[in-house]
Amino acid sequence: MNMSSLVRTGAGILMPFLLVFGFYIVLHGHLTPGGGFQGGAVIATAFVLLMVAYSYEIIWERISLEFLKNTETLGLMLFILTALIALVAGLAFFGNWLLGAGGLFGTPVSYGINPGDLNTGGVIPILNIAVGLDVLGAMSVIILTMLFAVRRDA
Amino acid sequence: MFANLPFITAGILIIIGIVTIVTQHNLIKMVMGLAVVEAGVNLMLVATGYREGGAAPIFTNAPSTEMVMPTAQAMALTNIVIGIATTALLLSFILIIFRKYGSADVRDMRRLKG
Amino acid sequence: MKKVLTWIFVAVFAASLLLCAAGLEFGAPAYRDMDDYMIAHGQEETGANNIVTAVVFDYRGFDTLGEATVLFTAVLGIGLVLRTLAMEDEEYEYE
Repeated sequence: MNMSSLVRTGAGILMPFLLVFGFYIVLHGHLTPGGGFQGGAVIATAFVLLMVAYSYEIIWERISLEFLKNTETLGLMLFILTALIALVAGLAFFGNWLLGAGGLFGTPVSYGINPGDLNTGGVIPILNIAVGLDVLGAMSVIILTMLFAVRRDA
Repeated sequence: MFANLPFITAGILIIIGIVTIVTQHNLIKMVMGLAVVEAGVNLMLVATGYREGGAAPIFTNAPSTEMVMPTAQAMALTNIVIGIATTALLLSFILIIFRKYGSADVRDMRRLKG
Repeated sequence: MKKVLTWIFVAVFAASLLLCAAGLEFGAPAYRDMDDYMIAHGQEETGANNIVTAVVFDYRGFDTLGEATVLFTAVLGIGLVLRTLAMEDEEYEYE
């Protein structure tokens, strides 16, 4: 059952802002409060907003459960792969092999209280993105599966 | 009033959740009680790591270098995610039980039929 | 009889919990060596300004790996449990 057109238009306007805010939280996880889990949960609420506004049939047509499952698996595999590359680099499992090396996320961090630079943190932003993808896929799949199971009652 | 009011509040929250789990017969209300227990445990964890006059352990434009304990907050983060997973699993079990028995009351599902 | 036992259990549990809570000291944690080390050396060792993220993803990376595994297993369990419910309709094709 569709909600009124006011609710649907509002959801359509708010959805991109929710996505941008969620990805901002994920990407700035090593600088500001937040991280992969929180940002992934914020992005999953965007899907919940769509599910509240639109009917079951439209959600079933537009949102692919397979895509979200693949997103979750991709996040988990990226997480484990990033941890495994540290073994190749001669560090321990989960070692920070990008720290201070220059290039991507490799700028040496200035110690003490600083305004923050996005290009620091070594391997931590990559792990943040991986966990963000994982949580985004997992929570969306949970909520969508529960919606599909109760669709006759809802 | 009390110097350790956050710990007492966490204890009261856990007691409310336990009483809800023990006395209610509706499965959804029992899951709500479990969620309240989780909230109490999270409050307990964060209150354990508080240091007098400390700021959040984030160096970006921090007001001072006197900071509260980061490990307790990381444990609270872990607890939140695992709480979400267990709550979702319990609610899907309740969906199955409701579809099978037509009720979410524990007194209606005494019969252990296959 | 059962109700009396329930409330006796609740009373004992509440009394012990509140007694423990009243004995704790707020604002002055006793064992602070590990957290002081993380705050002092976290930036140079992990390169992250956010020490909580440094703890979650670097110092306790295995913990986060297990956490992601728990989330994955929960999704797997929900998919398995609700699949039977969803397959009661024949026109519904899961996957």
